[in-house]
Amino acid sequence: MLQAQIEIILIASVVAASCALVGSFLVLRRMALLSDAISHAILFGIVLMFFVVESTTSPLLVIAATLTGVLTVLLVEALTRTQLVKEDAAIGLVFPLLFSLGVILITRYAANVHLDVDAVLLGEIAFAPFSRFVVFGLDLGPQALWLALGVGALNLIFILLFWKELKLATFDAGLAAALGFSPALIHYALMTLVSVTAVSSFEAAGTVLVVALMIAPPAAAYLLTDRLPVMLGLSVGIGVLSAVTGFALARVLDASIAGSMATMTGVAFLLALLFAPQRGLVRKWTRGRSQRRQFAGEMLLVHLSQHEADPALAAEATIEHMARHMRWPEGFGQDVVKHLAREGFVSRVNGSLALTPLGREVAQSVMLR
Amino acid sequence: MNDNKLAIEATDLTVAYQEKPVLWDVDLEAPEGVLMAVVGPNGAGKSTLMKTILGLVPAAAGQVRVYGKPYEQQRHLVGYVPQRGSVDWDFPTDALDVVTMGLYRRLGWMRRPGKAERAAALDALDQVGMADFADRQISQLSGGQQQRVFLARALVQDARIYLMDEPFAGVDATTERAIIGLLRELRRQGKTVLVVHHDLQTVPEYFDWVTLLNVRRIASGPVAEAFTEDNLRRAYGGRIAFLRENGQPPGAADHEPQLELSSAGALNQ
Repeated sequence: MLQAQIEIILIASVVAASCALVGSFLVLRRMALLSDAISHAILFGIVLMFFVVESTTSPLLVIAATLTGVLTVLLVEALTRTQLVKEDAAIGLVFPLLFSLGVILITRYAANVHLDVDAVLLGEIAFAPFSRFVVFGLDLGPQALWLALGVGALNLIFILLFWKELKLATFDAGLAAALGFSPALIHYALMTLVSVTAVSSFEAAGTVLVVALMIAPPAAAYLLTDRLPVMLGLSVGIGVLSAVTGFALARVLDASIAGSMATMTGVAFLLALLFAPQRGLVRKWTRGRSQRRQFAGEMLLVHLSQHEADPALAAEATIEHMARHMRWPEGFGQDVVKHLAREGFVSRVNGSLALTPLGREVAQSVMLR
Repeated sequence: MNDNKLAIEATDLTVAYQEKPVLWDVDLEAPEGVLMAVVGPNGAGKSTLMKTILGLVPAAAGQVRVYGKPYEQQRHLVGYVPQRGSVDWDFPTDALDVVTMGLYRRLGWMRRPGKAERAAALDALDQVGMADFADRQISQLSGGQQQRVFLARALVQDARIYLMDEPFAGVDATTERAIIGLLRELRRQGKTVLVVHHDLQTVPEYFDWVTLLNVRRIASGPVAEAFTEDNLRRAYGGRIAFLRENGQPPGAADHEPQLELSSAGALNQ
């Protein structure tokens, strides 16, 4: 593999891990949509600062973008506080405005520079290795990798230091406030981190796909565990795995790297949704099915035990008759009886069903329940 | 118990949401050691009163004193049990971890809970009969069990004053008994407890003090004095019906409750 490819995978992995860390708290705080707002709105800050410093690599761009991200959150909150607009609508009002102002500025005044609208939307990670971080003539690798590593470390350190405060403010902001931990401070600190992370992911993922990296891996991890530390670890793992497999997919399809990575986060979430051991849809479906069958079986046992005394009725105890009596769909009756027979609760005598002594006991205990 | 010492003293408390007063010029005095029910119809400002005492909702006017000082200086004296529905019980954590949160103030910023905190939290869970559920994911607990986890989280704070927002709402009989036992134990230890309560019938049985609230304070004092038919009617308006047995006046403190109250506003919450 070429060095540039390794560098791209590294950048993508670090960005994905970074996004998954802050994204986990966004998902838990039900603020997933804010990541969308922030990642779009920062464009405005980047473009404005670009006109001031006339460079696309200045650290001032990162600072301006981060401030714009926090400003977006403040504007959304201010608009919501008027009680004239609901929060989801406020989000939908604020970020498109800032984003479109950024787009106008780029297309009107900066069309000839590195900032172009395609790269803004989808990122252009393939070009990331071209901007090198050179110190005293020494090439230390791509700038984007260093930026991603710096922001990733910042996120990790913040979360480790303020683990219990973040957890408390996320689970119960009221208690956090009553105990003297300012939930507002924690909220804006987190929003600042989300903004910084969005900025650092801007080049790799663009405004649209940052959202996928921030939300899909944590949402998948949320389905897979009941423990917060495990959820964060899984989020990071799923994010990095999506980045690596996404790069491979892009190579195979000769398609956009960022698009392929985001697609893989979606695939990862879909797999978790279907196959999560406790909460997955497949598990839910099979559990519901086996519960229905068990209940039907118990109903049948009780019914048979009521009819046992009357030989005329007992003779009627065919599967077909029972299924009609219980209004079971076709095939379901066969299925139920098969399971009861396997458990040794019923036996078939001349085509009719009869309770075994064990089945009689079960029927009685069911009725006592 | 020193009746002259006020655990909580609120004076002229006014709270407004968007210019609409929720609490209007409310005075509240909770002497140390009382078990006080705070009752009133929907929208009477009961929860807001608790939140204002805790500084969670800013007061437009008036002040709150906890043992003579502002709440900010007395956080360590107050334990808070919010409404069960105020948090997301699908949060990925277990019962023990939630109880441990009660110790975070003592730990301060950045310090992590250790063995001592774990032991204290387990002990608090044991006090509410939930020791066997320490490792249980909180979404797997029943409503009553979740409520007891919240109580344990307040207990572990080892406070002198407890504020409980509707601890009896929607709980099973076991939990109701556990809460009553706990309230009596707290009273025995001389703690002061304020409980937002909805079941008017049980007020004389469970509590010794009562505050009737409906945006304004209608009445406050020992149950025998304040929990009268007249005051209830003033708090709940005409929506309340009194069905008395044996001709006993309501609120006779040394009797089992003789009154049955029915009011859509008061009981169906």
